Amino acid sequence: MQTLRSRRLATFARLARYGWIGLMAMLLAACHTDMYSQPKFKTYEPSSFFADGRSSRPNVPGAVVAGQVQTDTYLYTGLVNGQLGTVMPFPVTADLLARGQQQFTIYCSVCHGVAGFGQSVVAERASIVPANFHQQRLRDAPIAHFFNIITNGVYRSDPVKGGYQSMFSYASRITPQDRWAIASYIRALQLSQNATVDDVPPAERAQLGR
Amino acid sequence: MGQIFPRNANLLMRLSIFAGLLLAVELTLILGVYFRSNYFRQINVAIEQPVPYSHQLHAGVLGIDCRYCHISVDKSSFANLPATEVCMTCHSQIKSNSPKLAVVRESYATGKPVEWLRVHRVPDFVYFNHSIHINKGIGCSNCHGQINTMAVVWQTQPLYMGWCLNCHRNPEKYIRPRDQVFNMDYVQPANQLQVGADLVKQYGVNKAQLTNCSICHR
Repeated sequence: MQTLRSRRLATFARLARYGWIGLMAMLLAACHTDMYSQPKFKTYEPSSFFADGRSSRPNVPGAVVAGQVQTDTYLYTGLVNGQLGTVMPFPVTADLLARGQQQFTIYCSVCHGVAGFGQSVVAERASIVPANFHQQRLRDAPIAHFFNIITNGVYRSDPVKGGYQSMFSYASRITPQDRWAIASYIRALQLSQNATVDDVPPAERAQLGR
Repeated sequence: MGQIFPRNANLLMRLSIFAGLLLAVELTLILGVYFRSNYFRQINVAIEQPVPYSHQLHAGVLGIDCRYCHISVDKSSFANLPATEVCMTCHSQIKSNSPKLAVVRESYATGKPVEWLRVHRVPDFVYFNHSIHINKGIGCSNCHGQINTMAVVWQTQPLYMGWCLNCHRNPEKYIRPRDQVFNMDYVQPANQLQVGADLVKQYGVNKAQLTNCSICHR
């Protein structure tokens, strides 16, 4: 006759004999990756749904991004009645010039050089001559000229090659506000190369080391 | 009833004790060494791209700022890959006939994107945001290593949760001044802990909430 004790032992033995199957099944079931790679698109992930294989979709023509309604025409075009404007669309502050300097150093100095003389490591490697901001033509240019060039780029017609874009538009890379900041920083650069001691406020002159 | 097992089966029994021990050691090695290895984590594995683009040349030798191409890194959760137009800004005039750039020119002509391969990846349940790290003084090289010395980019950090928490628990160990974030050759000062603690305070980094689950998992 089976005692309670031996029955318990038998149950334990069975558990030991077959229990590992359940354990392995649990371990294997834990090897799922549906949280790791979820059925959603992260940036730039490919998609088999769209014909071009991209999950990031181009803007629908005519769509306006929230917060980017361009009501202030001067801010976005730099034009007054089709002519380049001569004033900034917003006040120039020291912070704005600092922002302009930062953006100029990132995007413009690559070709035009940090001081804006049109000399840089990149320009040296190419057969291009970036504009020197210290030439008279550009010193006389209205401030919106710089905004306009950053926005639209420079297109050169060349009778042999049939024209080419010597500077690409930076409109997709630099915000309109930052383009104006860069324009005002270029003005500051121009001033820096043509300033005299008299332009420096008397209180600051000691910093010149004279 | 006769014996089922011959006498020498005892040897097998004894050997299986050692085999069991060996299995335990193997399991420890697999779990503790293999899964922690650089091989498994794909650290220091250079990823060849469809275009032989060199960060060493562009960011290192030419000194082009990271943001010239990765424009959205300080504005968005995602550090964008440059559009083909960005490549062509220079390469319509520089090395414009180089066979290495054929893929880029084709992309520019047809509008078909260049299929760059991902180097740094985190699981889908991680909501990593580049801009907050950049704007709070975590440098590119903190996580990506000295990209400006890599001709082909590889991952230098494990990007595992333990690694993330290492900094989220002690941001003062790694934080740097905002103007040094894009400096690839930045070297921490000797009194980093002191400088770091000041910066953590100055930039308003809330250490108490940095280890909340929902900071990274939404």
